[in-house]
Amino acid sequence: MSAFLLRRLGFLLITLLATSFLVFAISEFAPGDVATKILGPYATADQIALLTEEMGLNRPMPVRYLDWLGGVLSGDLGTSTLFKQPVNEVLWGRLANTGLLAGIAFALIVPFSLVLGVVAGMREASLRDRSISVASIIATSIPEFASGVFLASIFAVWLGWLPGTSPLSLGGDWSVAQQLVLPVAVVVLYDLGYVVRMVRASMVEVMRAPYIRTAVLKGLTRSEVIFRHALRNALIAPFTVILLQINYLITGVVVVEAVFAYPGFGRMMLDAALAQDIALIEAGALVAVVIAVGTQIAGDIGYMLLNPRIRVR
Amino acid sequence: MIEPILAFDAARIAYRTRAGDRVVVPEFSLDLRAGEAVGLVGESGCGKSTLAYAAMGYLGSNGHVPSGAIRLDGADIAAMTEAERARLRGARAAMVYQDPMSSLNPVMRIGRQLMEVPIRHQGLARDAAFERALAMLHEVELPDPGAIMRRYPHELSGGQQQRVVIAMALIGEPALLILDEPTTGLDVTVEAAVLDLIAELRVRHDSAILFISHDLNTVARVCERIGVIYAGELVEVAAADELFARPRHPYTRALLGCLPSRASHRRSAPLAAIPGRMMRPEDRPVGCAFAARCAFADAQRCTTTPISINRDASGGHAVRCVRAGELDPWQPPVDTAETHSVMQTGEPVIEARALEKTYRAARLLDAGAGHEVRALDGVDLSISRGETLAVVGESGCGKSTFAKLLSGLEAPTGGEVRIKGRALGAAAVERRPREIVRALQMIFQNPDATLNPSHSVGFSLSRPLKRLRGLAPARRRDERVRLLDQVRLPEPYAARRPGQLSGGEKQRVAIARALAGKPDVLIADEPVSALDVSVQAAILNLLAELQDEQGMAMLFISHDLAVVRYLADSVAVMYRGRVMEYGPLDAVYARPHHPYTEALLSAAPGLDPSVARIRLRGSASDATPAQAGCPFAPRCPRKQGALCENETPSLQEAGGTHVIACHISLDELADPPALDEGSRDG
Amino acid sequence: MSAASALVLFHAVARSLLLLRYSPVGLLGAGLVAFWVIIALFAPLITPYDPLANDYAALADPGPSAAHWLGTDNLGRDLLSRLVWGARSLLAIVPLAVAIAYLVGCLMGLAAGYLGGWVDALLMRVSDIILAFPVIILYMIVLAHFGPSAINVVLAVAFTAAPQIARIVRGLTLDLRNRDYVAAARLRGERPLYIMVAEILPNTRGPLIVDSCLRLGYSTIAIGVLGFLGLGLPPSDPNWGGMVKDSYALISVYPHMALIPCAAITSLVVGFNLLADAIRELGQND
Repeated sequence: MSAFLLRRLGFLLITLLATSFLVFAISEFAPGDVATKILGPYATADQIALLTEEMGLNRPMPVRYLDWLGGVLSGDLGTSTLFKQPVNEVLWGRLANTGLLAGIAFALIVPFSLVLGVVAGMREASLRDRSISVASIIATSIPEFASGVFLASIFAVWLGWLPGTSPLSLGGDWSVAQQLVLPVAVVVLYDLGYVVRMVRASMVEVMRAPYIRTAVLKGLTRSEVIFRHALRNALIAPFTVILLQINYLITGVVVVEAVFAYPGFGRMMLDAALAQDIALIEAGALVAVVIAVGTQIAGDIGYMLLNPRIRVR
Repeated sequence: MIEPILAFDAARIAYRTRAGDRVVVPEFSLDLRAGEAVGLVGESGCGKSTLAYAAMGYLGSNGHVPSGAIRLDGADIAAMTEAERARLRGARAAMVYQDPMSSLNPVMRIGRQLMEVPIRHQGLARDAAFERALAMLHEVELPDPGAIMRRYPHELSGGQQQRVVIAMALIGEPALLILDEPTTGLDVTVEAAVLDLIAELRVRHDSAILFISHDLNTVARVCERIGVIYAGELVEVAAADELFARPRHPYTRALLGCLPSRASHRRSAPLAAIPGRMMRPEDRPVGCAFAARCAFADAQRCTTTPISINRDASGGHAVRCVRAGELDPWQPPVDTAETHSVMQTGEPVIEARALEKTYRAARLLDAGAGHEVRALDGVDLSISRGETLAVVGESGCGKSTFAKLLSGLEAPTGGEVRIKGRALGAAAVERRPREIVRALQMIFQNPDATLNPSHSVGFSLSRPLKRLRGLAPARRRDERVRLLDQVRLPEPYAARRPGQLSGGEKQRVAIARALAGKPDVLIADEPVSALDVSVQAAILNLLAELQDEQGMAMLFISHDLAVVRYLADSVAVMYRGRVMEYGPLDAVYARPHHPYTEALLSAAPGLDPSVARIRLRGSASDATPAQAGCPFAPRCPRKQGALCENETPSLQEAGGTHVIACHISLDELADPPALDEGSRDG
Repeated sequence: MSAASALVLFHAVARSLLLLRYSPVGLLGAGLVAFWVIIALFAPLITPYDPLANDYAALADPGPSAAHWLGTDNLGRDLLSRLVWGARSLLAIVPLAVAIAYLVGCLMGLAAGYLGGWVDALLMRVSDIILAFPVIILYMIVLAHFGPSAINVVLAVAFTAAPQIARIVRGLTLDLRNRDYVAAARLRGERPLYIMVAEILPNTRGPLIVDSCLRLGYSTIAIGVLGFLGLGLPPSDPNWGGMVKDSYALISVYPHMALIPCAAITSLVVGFNLLADAIRELGQND
């Protein structure tokens, strides 16, 4: 178990190094740009050269990468050229906002997907199964910006019940809770269908397994068969899938944040990318990789605990 | 009259499909009385498993009984509600399944799975149910039942799992026990012990038994009455002794005629294979379903009207055949030959010298911390032109590894392979010279994996003709026809895909493919073990004929001693990677035996009449591998004590090329073992 | 050899389509996809206007009218024409991206699964790293840097999809490489490349047909999203995501400008996904 954990942590480190270096390299195709961005379009060539010199931008790329890496290790993520303040002051607040959105969405997705998936998979090809399956396929098929437009036109434009934007600012007409409804709804709609289908597929497979036949032919009641024999087996495979949704919910919700002008991590990354704000992009990329690999590790550990066949002594 | 426990009363069983009702069993009648054991035997696809599940009222969402009735305790099980059926299942009727591993819940401890039954059906409290489960595990002779209660299914061996399933079936004291191929897939020595256990428990619990199997011999070891099924119909039913002594239906006779036994051999008493194949249930004709394959069929009487099943005067023997009374009395096959192997002399075509293979098993999720498994431990064997060497043993004995090392599919970790005098070192097939690659070809066990489903039969045959013999396209086409003809398949089969072939036909194509390069050595790894007996006989005969024609050396890997006796010239018995006994066929099948050979022969009754009933404890995979000593020592009924555990036995020469790896003297091995009273079978 | 593989694939696709008659939902999916494919193929014949031409007269009332059946956008460009041309560019880019991803992914997966050893370790570590990085952030960094163009979009989508396909193909290969027909091929001296491409690849088609169908759906969403974020195609080109981006601010005044392209992309993705589900379901019941 500890060897396994060490190996996964090693992989996390390698991935962090590889991605941060790649992001650095991609951003380096036009090194002069950074100084130009900071000084604005009216700066003279001398000013740009001076700043480039000052920031050490004319040193070879690997040297600057190591320099940056040293900063990161000492907790200094650098300065955002877009927000004109240290990355540390921008990043964490945005991440917390996204965390709020993700947390509410996750709390809704898990119970609903488990119940719907199990109910659908219990009796394959029944009317209930078909309805839930088709509904989840359609739900996952609507791009987030499209469902954002659909929901906003109904609830914000037409009915006027909810705000069409969610800047999370107080003092407007809408409370934070009201501002959260539509973004959460879009995320849940898009993600729920996917998870439901995973749970259903697993449940269907388990219900076909010979040991379920054994349970039925022991004379157990239907609820005993489902709750005692099917459920735990059916939850092993989707467990990892569900944990991986945390990854999507934090780093993948750019579109929802863009639609509703939500001040989260994703929109910060979009703005940083458009503004070529390397320090911010790098920091965001590191956070994203830590979350991605971290959820993977958590998923693997949970999988081992749930499945006695690969439990490590 | 006493009500039967289970009664099929002209039951018709069908599955609803997109194309309409598919009738699997047209009309089936059979009574099973308290304490009675009846076996149902038939080839795959004959509907025997459907009958078993129908008796439990479990036909899935699309199965139904359109006419007739299936009565359990006098009540029509098909007409009950699911809740009513659930009260009977496990309490009045219980079932044992073919694959015990997948029949047990992988995430639930054995104890809980057992306790569920008495809690549900007898209303026992948890403690009482625990005691009951413990007692039941004890009764199925599992070692340390207390520990087993806490285990998960994957922590038990196959034989132990099947004992757990049997315990789970009997724990509710059912009046009817249904066994669906309960020993298929188990090793022969384990199978023998499980069958003994069933026979013993049956008496103690007074359960009626319905035993479903493809194997007449297996069923006969438990049941006193046997029914033979063909294409969903009962064609003959009689007392077991009567059926073997006086079979009356041509299909029963044909089945008995194609079972390899002590009275059959490729040269002196060949098996009579049944031509053709069983039709799909929906293609069943009006008259006799077997008529198309029957040597005695009369077009007028057999195929025009439905044939009913008729009982003889005593009422015990019933046959569904209009010509049953006209057939000659049954003559069981006899083999009068004294010796069977034709020992070839001369240079061996292929040799294994001190061949070794060690696998480093990487533990799941944990790199590096693997342990080593010795799959093959110093094997010396050789085969001459025209000779068939059979390697027999149970799963995990290294026989398949041996085949893979000879063929170069895997590289040995020690020793070497020589083909046609050329030393190949540790070279896998990719590094072997072209001529050597051509010289050795292989046929495999699983007919469904042997041919590439994406390629036509013609392509599968043309490709080796191009690669191994470099033939031009026109020549390839001619040669392809010749190859198909050689394996008795018509020319148009070249256009077919594997999905359109039966198991036997696929194996024929695989044989043709192997022969395309005109090999000097043919390796056959369990080529018939996945086939029905009638098909198996045809493939065995084909292999024998082709070998006689072309004079190849053949390595025949098998777990089945009867099949080996039919085909081999010399035999090597393997256990845990080592050869325990080697010699000419007749020498290995007669005393003196290695104690392991003795146990194998005893588990497959009728091959050596001098062998008493010997039952081994556990299975080959249970015991921890010994560092020194005889690998068979932990299970050996003749173990001599510390000597066997500490010193590797050397080979004793027992006349000619016959050798036995055992510490016990040949004189002593020549006598049957002295067994404790009670374990000897009369 | 490749002709034979192509024939096998054609058979498999044709058989799947034939089986669809048993699945009304699958038929609906196939119908939706076919509808947009036909529209895209005949775009020049169907469109009443140049998708880039501005009709400033229509701006007074940009809603649906006799002249502009679906109305115009905020610059007075005919919405129907932009929708149709948008379908054309989307249905050119998406299959191209998926095809490139499959080419790369299949080769990676086959090599990793069949050759094993260090090839497997290297390829899989590289895919792990690509897969660990959030797709959408990767798109943003790459496309923001290299600028919007069809080629960049195709490459970005293919780059992130290839490792996923490689994993699927590797898994299938690990199973198929142990089949006896692969052993038979080795025993007649076939080279690894032949075994991978002729013996193993054709037998992965079942799961891959389903996956490719799903992937067409995902990639449609991805490309729509890129358009919406302003990272996809050059702004002037008609593309569905970009049309939503341009008109989203006007949603309270002229909701049709955003709703219509949203409905279009949704229907296309629903089509792909229903089709994939039906093919999977029918394949299982065989």
